[in-house]
Amino acid sequence: MERHYMDSKIKGVSTGTTILAVTFNGGVIIGSDSRASMGGNYVCSKTINKLIQVHDRIFCCIAGSLADAQAVTKTAKFQISLHSIQMESPPLVKAAASVMKELCYNNKEELQAGFITAGWDKKKGPQVYTVALGGMLLSLPFTIGGSGSTYIYGYTDAKYKPDMSREECLQFATNALALAMGRDNVSGGVAHLVVITEGGVEHVVIPGDKLPKFHDE
Amino acid sequence: MLPPLCFTADFRVYHMLSSKLKYDLSASTFSPDGRVFQVEYAMKAVENSSTAIGIRCKDGVVFGVEKLVLSKLYEQGSNKRIFNVDRHVGMAVAGLLADARSLSEVAREEASNFRSNYGHNIPLKHLSERVAMYVHAYTLYSAVRPFGCSFILGSYDQDDGPQLYMVDPSGISYGYWGCAIGKAKQAAKTEIEKLQMKDMTCRELVKEVAKIIYIVHDEVKDKAFELELSWVGEVTNGKHELVPKDVREEAEKYAKDSLEEEDDSDEENM
Repeated sequence: MERHYMDSKIKGVSTGTTILAVTFNGGVIIGSDSRASMGGNYVCSKTINKLIQVHDRIFCCIAGSLADAQAVTKTAKFQISLHSIQMESPPLVKAAASVMKELCYNNKEELQAGFITAGWDKKKGPQVYTVALGGMLLSLPFTIGGSGSTYIYGYTDAKYKPDMSREECLQFATNALALAMGRDNVSGGVAHLVVITEGGVEHVVIPGDKLPKFHDE
Repeated sequence: MLPPLCFTADFRVYHMLSSKLKYDLSASTFSPDGRVFQVEYAMKAVENSSTAIGIRCKDGVVFGVEKLVLSKLYEQGSNKRIFNVDRHVGMAVAGLLADARSLSEVAREEASNFRSNYGHNIPLKHLSERVAMYVHAYTLYSAVRPFGCSFILGSYDQDDGPQLYMVDPSGISYGYWGCAIGKAKQAAKTEIEKLQMKDMTCRELVKEVAKIIYIVHDEVKDKAFELELSWVGEVTNGKHELVPKDVREEAEKYAKDSLEEEDDSDEENM
């Protein structure tokens, strides 16, 4: 999903990144690191926000070229907002993910950004969708993305359980982010987490020194 | 005595007392009393056509159309007046059939684009508003004429349940529990009002719809007719389709028997 620094040189600022989204019983947790890098050597921003709110209960996390991702999410946010007003009801997470997918697929030549769309809606409850680079849309119980995700596939595959509680899920997401940020040089900074439920949206920010430490730290 | 005739400069002839005069020639003109006559004339076109009804019940929607057969040479089942707009949406029409066909294509495109953009079935309220907006656009300009048809849209969805909307040539859409369009719409509405549709299932309703069409059909003026019946609901798993042969036959038999009973009871009263 994420090209290495050679391509980023051409594209400019990229989010060498770790992003994830996990459903639990009653909601979904979406999380990311906060580092934006250029060329794999220089950290442009230590505290960038990769969790974009596209509607009241729907968030997107971005990976790939930051410029492309911002352009797509701005457009998608507008389209979803208009759609929601026309429908006179909050948009379905599937609808929001489809809007992102249409933008990515129809502009696949120019764009280099992938997304995870997650949120809560009244019809199907908490959902996670991944929109890959070329515009593939897939619905999953949880998903990880970005350059840092390669280091935590084993961890997430082993430790994920369906129907976790909010606390278990928060711990799972935090651990996954910490492990990825620990090994990927282009992921780091603070861990941003957002907990989305029917009742609302809660931001949790965990600074780098408060992240869980593992055996070698 | 006829009112005096007047001749205009371009040799059109009109009756002096006709209030319509120059206000009814294009849709872009209001009359002094605030009416758009072209739209009203379009509704007249609907009233000349045979009746179509749609009724929403507890678990679905049933459509019935009185399709007049003008010649024995027509192939049975041709010139259908019930269309499929999407898997879960059906459309019954009255008025100019060619106009209705073109609108059914518009509705199909709307439903298809929605699904392509947003990944799920179009909600019926939204679809009917979009098609109504399209119909309305044709009531604004003198270069085009309004559509001469009304149509009833019905759908069934697991979460929203059964929905029924009607759109008329003026471009407004209304939500209904039961509605009728076409020449016998008043008589049909009276019959529909007698039903307790909120408590009925589709299977029960199909028979009542057939009965209403048979009741409002005018044996004297219009001879032969074909009954088109379709439904969408839990019974069809959310798919809009023509009613299966055995259910049709049962419904028509029920309709014919009810009519005979009423005739008999009328005779007794005499």
